[in-house]
Order: sequence, then structure tokens, then C-alpha cells
Amino acid sequence: MTTHSRNETLLEVESISLSFGGVHALSDVSFDIRKGEVRSIIGPNGAGKSSMLNVINGFYHPQEGSITYQGKRRAQMKPHEAALGGIARTFQNIALFRGMSTLDNIMTGRNTKMSKGLFWQALHFGPAKREEIENREFVEHVIDFLEIQTIRKTPVGRLPYGLQKRVELGRALAAEPTLLLLDEPMAGMNLEEKEDMSRFILETNEEFGTTIALIEHDMGVVMDISDRVVVLDYGRKIAEGTPEEVRANQNVIDAYLGVSHD
Amino acid sequence: MFYRENGQFKSSYSSDQAIFPIAQDRAFVIGILLVAFCGVPFFINEYWANAILIPLLVYALAGLGLNILTGYCGQVSLGTGAFMAVGAYASFKLVGFFPEVNYLILIFVSGLVTAAVGVVFGLPSLRIKGFYLAVATLAAQFFLIWLFNKVGWFYDHSPTGMITVRPIDFFGVRVTGPEATPAAKYLFTLTIIATLTLTAKNIVRGRVGRSWMAIRDMDIAAELIGIKPLQAKLSAFAVSSFYIGVAGALYFGVYLGSVEPLEAFDINQSFYVLFIIIIGGLGSILGAFLGAAFIVLLPILMKNLMVGGFGVASGTAGHVEILLLGALIIFFLIVEPHGLARLWQIAKEKLRLWPFPH
Amino acid sequence: MAFDLFLLEVVISGLMTGVMYSLVALGFVLIFKASGVFNFAQGVLALFAALALYDFLAEDGWFFAVFGFTLPVWLAIPATALIMIFLAWVIERAVLRFLVKQEEIILFMATIGLAFVLEGLGDLLFGSDVKPLDIGIPQGASDLLLDNFNLYVEKLEIVAAATAAVLVTALAIFFQKTRVGRALRAVADDHQAALSVGISLNKIWVIVWSVSGIVALVAGIMWGSKSGVQFSLSLIALKALPVLILGGFTSVPGAIVGGLIIGVGEKLAEVYVGPLVGGAIENWFAYVLALGFLLFRPQGLFGERIIERV
Repeated sequence: MTTHSRNETLLEVESISLSFGGVHALSDVSFDIRKGEVRSIIGPNGAGKSSMLNVINGFYHPQEGSITYQGKRRAQMKPHEAALGGIARTFQNIALFRGMSTLDNIMTGRNTKMSKGLFWQALHFGPAKREEIENREFVEHVIDFLEIQTIRKTPVGRLPYGLQKRVELGRALAAEPTLLLLDEPMAGMNLEEKEDMSRFILETNEEFGTTIALIEHDMGVVMDISDRVVVLDYGRKIAEGTPEEVRANQNVIDAYLGVSHD
Repeated sequence: MFYRENGQFKSSYSSDQAIFPIAQDRAFVIGILLVAFCGVPFFINEYWANAILIPLLVYALAGLGLNILTGYCGQVSLGTGAFMAVGAYASFKLVGFFPEVNYLILIFVSGLVTAAVGVVFGLPSLRIKGFYLAVATLAAQFFLIWLFNKVGWFYDHSPTGMITVRPIDFFGVRVTGPEATPAAKYLFTLTIIATLTLTAKNIVRGRVGRSWMAIRDMDIAAELIGIKPLQAKLSAFAVSSFYIGVAGALYFGVYLGSVEPLEAFDINQSFYVLFIIIIGGLGSILGAFLGAAFIVLLPILMKNLMVGGFGVASGTAGHVEILLLGALIIFFLIVEPHGLARLWQIAKEKLRLWPFPH
Repeated sequence: MAFDLFLLEVVISGLMTGVMYSLVALGFVLIFKASGVFNFAQGVLALFAALALYDFLAEDGWFFAVFGFTLPVWLAIPATALIMIFLAWVIERAVLRFLVKQEEIILFMATIGLAFVLEGLGDLLFGSDVKPLDIGIPQGASDLLLDNFNLYVEKLEIVAAATAAVLVTALAIFFQKTRVGRALRAVADDHQAALSVGISLNKIWVIVWSVSGIVALVAGIMWGSKSGVQFSLSLIALKALPVLILGGFTSVPGAIVGGLIIGVGEKLAEVYVGPLVGGAIENWFAYVLALGFLLFRPQGLFGERIIERV
């Protein structure tokens, strides 16, 4: 758990509704994320958690509601705006670039920090090379932090699942995000891997002050590392608060146990 | 064990990022370049230049261009033939308008013209993907060839519809037309290809190349981490078309000397270049060269073997060639979809331990 | 009145050509629907089928050389159909089963390779000169229409249209009502699921490619009767692409409608716009039309909307 010095809001979603055809993925969901906190989003499968992240990211555009990020309010986010605004994320089903190595994948995370155009790239010697080396240095810090030095040059397609998830986290971290969205970062991991991943997430939050929004199914992890929790079920918010408050909430217990609501 | 990379430690990111980080590779490539630049011109003759080396280099360049677009950026294109035509006709008209200007500059400008055309025909890629994009490039292919055939201005209203290259001197040395020596044509072509290969390698290992590969591998994720699809795709089209345009200009000016659009730049040409990068290896600079060598040498081998060796009629040899080409494509796609370049890599890996295999 | 008639003739001519395109596109749709493969070799299959048919019928072919007699039309056509089925089996064994797990672009390029193989083979076996194909389809203009309505329409094209109609109906019934047809649709939806209910993927592919081969045979017969059996038949594959774009890659009625639209569009463009720019617009018009379409409706008229998920 972390103590944050400021309670200011970094991101606020208000009355977000999202549907695909007839399917209501999200209905009237509102919550906020405070700067520097670890905010978990939990709920049974299909509750709309990933959709919520996609809305924050700008990949899905909600039919109703608004998103306020860093003080600016919008009806929808554009992916590029999100990226430039310091929002980075990992994906439920790992969206790494399979044809590239670990190093190259993480380097793509630096894309928004690099700007030398085609001409300098073609020449290589000069500004492009300097920029490349500067960013390489930062990426190497990330690689050290995540302890993945040995797989630097390995094509990611060949890595085991757990390491791929770590590389994906690396790519997100390389962007020096203000807000980090993690979609089930521990899915499919064993205990040891989960402990490592929890450690990385906590260190990112404590050392760099990165705000984190986290979707996770493992209640133990959620209880341990979250500051606050939001619970979604069938696209609606059914509870929020500190981990203890949420755990004791009857609605939440019913949702997970499958008691039907009228 | 002579090919071990053990003991070769990199002490800076700069050396780690070098094109040939392993010393043996560096030596090998320098060796080849020395032979190519300093050795070959002394031994080259008409046949070797015109039938083997120059087409190999020109096709390798076209393959490089297409590989940038299709192999690195994942945008399928069947319009290579037409873009080569743009480069060829651009160089033809430019030489006509500015006969005093250095040929190299005019070729460069032809490349730029082709890049512009490529960007225009690449715009649909922002909405269309995969096969559908291939169809859009077919539109470019058929339309442009029709254009070059119909509009007399392109071929200076010559009654045959063909364009023939003017004799051009490059710093006093004749490089086009029947008077040019094989060595001159070869060196001119080689210099251009060598420079452009280096440039391609530089672009591909840097930020732009990575953004291309990101779009290829997972364009949605790429967009979400801040890579702009517009910039990435159009830059791929632009660079790719530039290379293909230059290849077309050389194909016309130095290699063939005169062309007629329906034959030299038709859809079959697009397929040939596509085959080059499939066989050579998608997403590999080396692959373009290996594939081009394959495509250029195969018919020659066939002709020599069948016509010379077995006395088969040349028409039949042509049919067998087509059959063999198709069969080899299928073979490569089944056995090694990453082409000759991957096979080369595997061979090198085996060499690491030779003569002590694991 | 005369102008209207001319327009009508152009439209009908376009429709007829469109039907021919549809025949080839049908073969594509079948294979794509059931295996997700875009079979670039479809046009060459039509050519190959026509060449084989010619060989059975003519006295300068292999069949005659080996057996000393030629087959009558009613035997030759089924014989050729058998050849196409055999070919489908060979393709499945030698090519398809090795490429099951690859991405579609690899499969597409494999079919390009296949097209080259079949073309080379066809040339080697049967020679590359143009062959007339006469299986008894009446030639010349329809007297009925000419006398009564002053319309010039070729009998051959009417037969082609009728054949296409029959084929589409037969295929529709096949897919909807028969066990094999339903299995094919299952495979198209989900390979894994189909496998888990015991449908053999390999058998399915042989069936699909056979049916496509027979469709190719019909297409080959129509085109061959119209303009002789020649190499350019294989280029029809390229023309089928715009048809599929319009109609969607997975829709049988879409292939028909798409073919008709392309056929009419091309003819109209050629006749009315062509003379303004020197003619031969037919070379590229279909593609530009398809391109325009793609920009506004990437999935075609009947195709399925693709929703991207992350």
C-alpha cells in the first residue's frame, strides 16, 4: 500500500455507457482515479472491465458520458491523445509485436519520445544515432528493473507466457506513463511470477509515482496492493471503496457467487 | 569453430547496434564489397553484365523496395510493375527535359516522383487492409500501365509506343545505350544499389523501421502506444516506391535500354518481385538479394540445362520454368516461409559449432 | 428509341459478361467460405478444365493418341469433372495440408504458386495455342429476341446465364439442405469446433476444392466456347477480385450481384466514357470501381462487418 501526498484526481469517468449493437458493455459507470494511487477494477467475467480500459485508452468510444483526464474533459479519447498524455497499458491477451525482439518491442514504447525523421534515419550517423542511443539507455534501465536482460535479443514469439507479460509491462513503462492501465497482468502466472509482477507494479507506483489502474481476478493480489477498488458487474458499477469495504459488501459477494438480481 | 561469436563483447550500445556486430560477418561483407567493386569490373564481360549481374542488382533493389512495404510494414502490394514504370518514364522524361543535369540526380528525382505516386495510391491503406489492399494496388497497376500506353506524351508520341534511353554520360563515362561498357554500367548500378541498401538498413533498424514492423504485427496495439498509422503506412509507401522507382529507372535506362509498358511492367513483373521477396525472405534486407539471385539465375540455369544439355525446345523450357517457379514458391512457403534468408541464418548458426555439431 | 435500344443492348451485354465473371467468382467464394483461402489459381483451374475437356473431345489430344477415339460430349464432361476432383485431391495432399496453420497471406501466395504450376503444366501437356471449344452450345444471336425486339443477344450468353442460375440454386440447396453442405458451413465458422464434432478437415477441403473445380469447369466451358480456350482465361482470376470486393468474399449471391454490377459497369464505361480517353478502359475500370467501393464499405455489399477486438 502506498501513501500518496496529493489527493487530486488524475482521471474521472462520468456516466459512461458503451454498447455494441444490442450488447450493453457498460451502463452509466462513474468513478475516479486519484494521482499516485493503485486503483483496482474487479468483477466477474464479462463485467465490462476491459471495455472500461479501452474507453480510457481511446480504443472504444462511448455513446454517452465523458472522460476528464488531467483536467481536460472530453466525450471520447483519441488513442494518440491518450498516448501523448502519458497513458500506457498492457493487454489481456498480450499485444506484443511478435516479429521483433524484446529490446525492439520495448523500444517501440519510446516512440512518442523520439522524433528524428526519415532523412536522419537514413543517414544514421548524427542526430538519429544520438537519439537512438539516448533512448536505448532508458530502455536498458527498464530492462534492468524488470530483470529481463538475458532475453533482450530473443524474438518475443519464442518467450514463455510469463516473460511475455513482463516484456509488455516493459513496453508500457518505457513510455514513462503518468497513468498505467494493466489488464490482468497476472493471468496465467504461477505464485512466484505473481510475486515478481506484484513487486514490479508496487515499485513502479512507489518509486516513480505512476498512477495505476489494474484489472485483476486474484483477490489476494487486489487486497494486497490496491489503495481503492471499483467493482463492475454486467456493465454497471456495483460498489467501490477500500479493499476491506468492498470485500464486506453484500452486492459484491452476491455478484461473485452468482445470485441473480431483479 | 571459426565462426564463434564468443569473446566478442560489445562495450557500447553503438557497437551493439551495428549492422554487423559479429566480426566474421563484417569481414565477409567487406570481402564481398571489395570483390564487387574492385575485382569484378576487370573481369566482367557483356554477357555477365547484361544477363546476370545488372538484372540481379536491379531486381534486388526492387525487391528491397517491395520488402519495405510488404515484408516490414505488412502492406500487400501487387503494383510493383506499375511503380517501376513510373520510375522508368519519369527518368525518360526528365532526361528529355534536362539533358545537362547529372544522371544520378535525375534518377533520384524519378525516385521522388514515384514516391509521390506511391503515397497517393497508398492512401487507401488507411482504411483497407490485407487482400483488399492488394486489390487497390491492382487498380494502380492496371490504371498506370494503361496510362503509359495511351497517353502519347509519356513516350514522346513515338509510333511504336516504346521508349528508348538516350545515351547518357556520367562524369564523362557513358553509362547507357549501346556504347556503354559493361564495366561502366555495372559500377554505376552497383554504386546506387550499395548506397540504397545501406540507407534501407539504417532506416529499418531505427525508429521508423520499428514503427513499420509494429503496424505489421499488430496495428491496433501500435496505434494505442502512440504510433501514428498514417505516418507509418504512408512513409512505408513512400520509401518503398522510391526504391522501386529507382529500380525501374535503372531497369529501363541501364538494363534494357528500351521498353514497352505492356510487356516490361505488367502484372507478371509485380509477381516476379513478390516471388523474389517470398523466396528470399520477407522482412529481410539480405533476402532481397538472395531472392533476386534466385529469380535471375533460375531461367539461365534452366535454359543451359534443358536447351543446351537435353536439347529441349526453348518454348518448352519456358513452360517448365514457370512450373518450377510455382512449385518452388509452394515448396518455400511450406518448408521455410521465411525464405532463403532464414536458411542462411540457420547455416550460420550451424557454422558456430562446426566441426562439432550438437 | 434507337438510343434506348442501344443502351439496353450494352446493359444486357454487360450483364452477360457479368454472369461469366460471377461463374469464376463463385469458385472463389466456395473455397474462401469453407477454408478461408483466397484461391488465386481459380482462373487457371478454369483454363485447365477447359484444356482437359478439349483433350477428350479433339483428335489432336492425348486421349485420342492413347486410346484411339474421342469421347462424346456427354461423356467428356463428366470425365473432366473426375479429373478436377482428382486434382483437388492432389492439391489437398501436396499443398494444403502442410499450410493449415499459416496466415492467410501465406496461403494466398501458395495459390499464386499453384497457379503458376498449373499454367506451366497445362502448357506442357496441352500446348499453348488457342483451341476452339464446341460442346454443342448454339452459337450466334438469338433469333427470337432479334426478330421480335430488335435486340442483339448471343445465345451462348443466355445459356451461360441460365447455367449460372441453375448452379447458384444448386449450391444454395447444397449448403442449406445437405449434411455435407452444413458441415462445410460449420468448418467455415470454426475449424476447431468442426474437428471436435468429428468432421475431417482434409476431407472437407477435398470436397470444397472439387466443387470449386467443377464450377471452374463450367466457367471454363462458357468462356472457352465464347472465345476459345486460351491463356488469357487464367487472367480472369484477377478480374474476379473486384467482383468479390463488391459482393463480399463469403457470399454466393454476392458473387452473382457483384459480377453483374462489374460487368455492366465496365461495359457502360467502355462504351460511353471510353471513346473520350482512347478506349480500353475495361482494363482498369473494374478495379477503380472496387477501390472506390472499398473506401466507403470495406466489407463489400454482402460481406460481414469485421469488429476488431483487443
